[in-house]
Amino acid sequence: MSQNDGPTAGERFINGILPENPIYIQLLGMCPTLAVTNNMQAAMTMAGATAFVLFMANTIVCLIRNLLKPHLRILVFTLTIATFVTFVDRFLAAFMYPMSQQLGPYIPLIIVNCLIISRCEICASKQRLGTAVADAAGMSLGFALGLASIATVREILGFGSWFGITVLHESFWTPWTVMILPPGAFFTLGLLLGLAQWLKTRRAARTSAQGGAA
Amino acid sequence: MTEHLITLFILGIGTALINNYVLYYFVGICPFLGVSRRVDMALGMGFAVIFVITIACLLSWTFTWALLQPGAPVTQWIWGAFGGDPTTQVDLSILSYIIYIFVIASSVQLVEMYVRRFFPPLYKSFGVFLPLITTNCAILFACLEILRQISGGDGFGLDQALVLALSAGAGFTIAIVIMAGLREELDMCDVPAPLRGPGIALIVAGILALAFMGFIGIDTTLENLLLPDAEETELSADDSTSVSPPYAPQPAPGDQP
Repeated sequence: MSQNDGPTAGERFINGILPENPIYIQLLGMCPTLAVTNNMQAAMTMAGATAFVLFMANTIVCLIRNLLKPHLRILVFTLTIATFVTFVDRFLAAFMYPMSQQLGPYIPLIIVNCLIISRCEICASKQRLGTAVADAAGMSLGFALGLASIATVREILGFGSWFGITVLHESFWTPWTVMILPPGAFFTLGLLLGLAQWLKTRRAARTSAQGGAA
Repeated sequence: MTEHLITLFILGIGTALINNYVLYYFVGICPFLGVSRRVDMALGMGFAVIFVITIACLLSWTFTWALLQPGAPVTQWIWGAFGGDPTTQVDLSILSYIIYIFVIASSVQLVEMYVRRFFPPLYKSFGVFLPLITTNCAILFACLEILRQISGGDGFGLDQALVLALSAGAGFTIAIVIMAGLREELDMCDVPAPLRGPGIALIVAGILALAFMGFIGIDTTLENLLLPDAEETELSADDSTSVSPPYAPQPAPGDQP
């Protein structure tokens, strides 16, 4: 397979952030997106953990891409990912114990995050190391942005705070408890998806109108 | 004996309805959104998940109990056979994630081959869903739940693991079938254009999650009803039904006023 197929490193990086945003466009990695976004600290820890695992998995898979057998590749991907997830899990348990308790089983569930497996499959197992690393960086940034947007809405409405700092004081704001409970996650993501879709169609309509005028 | 059966029943109800894997823990959301367009497909996916989750849970219970938990018998025996100090407790639980993912991937592969060889009609009906299940978070989540219960140290037996697996799969099936029914109706509704597709599906799932919150407390009520004076079983029943697991969506410590 030619090494020069597919997008270049720069395109991969830019694509990951908005045009192919893992959460809003590709709808990948929904478990952590819904489960750990009721406050910003948890969401950012999850984004950092996923970024580390994605970066390492992309690097390793890219380095061994010529040795992979087609029918065993998914197994190799998941075992590589599982190894790095164990690193992250032990690291969090050692240095950030309360956060590790709060995230609970969602750290090991990074193993089956479709985002990482799909990046290994689409990019890292086919392209150069530089491209794979840029892809991991772009995708992690896009994932972190997506998590941050949902966590911002849920934490401000649910707790009246952002990163633990009080934004809406209790004297005039009654926190919406439903936003920190499971249904709030579904509502927020559903409405934000609708918003993203609306912005996208509006932008497409505007550019096509401009193209028609010119 | 009866008390044990009642405890198992309450564990099943708790896992299937109250702490529903899809609507409470958000695991298995990808097939929940992807395959829930038609009721028959959803049912096929649900049965495939029940099948695989049961096999994977039984295997991972065996591995956890025999090899991974601190002081596991087989590990301890191997450690002793190679001249290790028998008073040391060997703890291999660091390997659990790698072992689990291996167990899940191979049991999916095994089930696929077995079903294709011996039950061709069944393979035709849910064969397409089987490879997808490897990346279904619900299976790994159930295995991790078993690990947590075993390392919790109050005797989580194979029967409890079996009930956990079956009820987790049943809960997934219930959620995905209800969702598919709702989405079939939704196709005929006039949904605002930006929300069409996943947007409205997630909002409907949110309303469904609100409805499922109505089941909270049903297990403690059942427990008080069926086991009114069982002092010694109360503790283990409380632990195994996991009314409020430590990792339920909870406020972060710093956020409380």
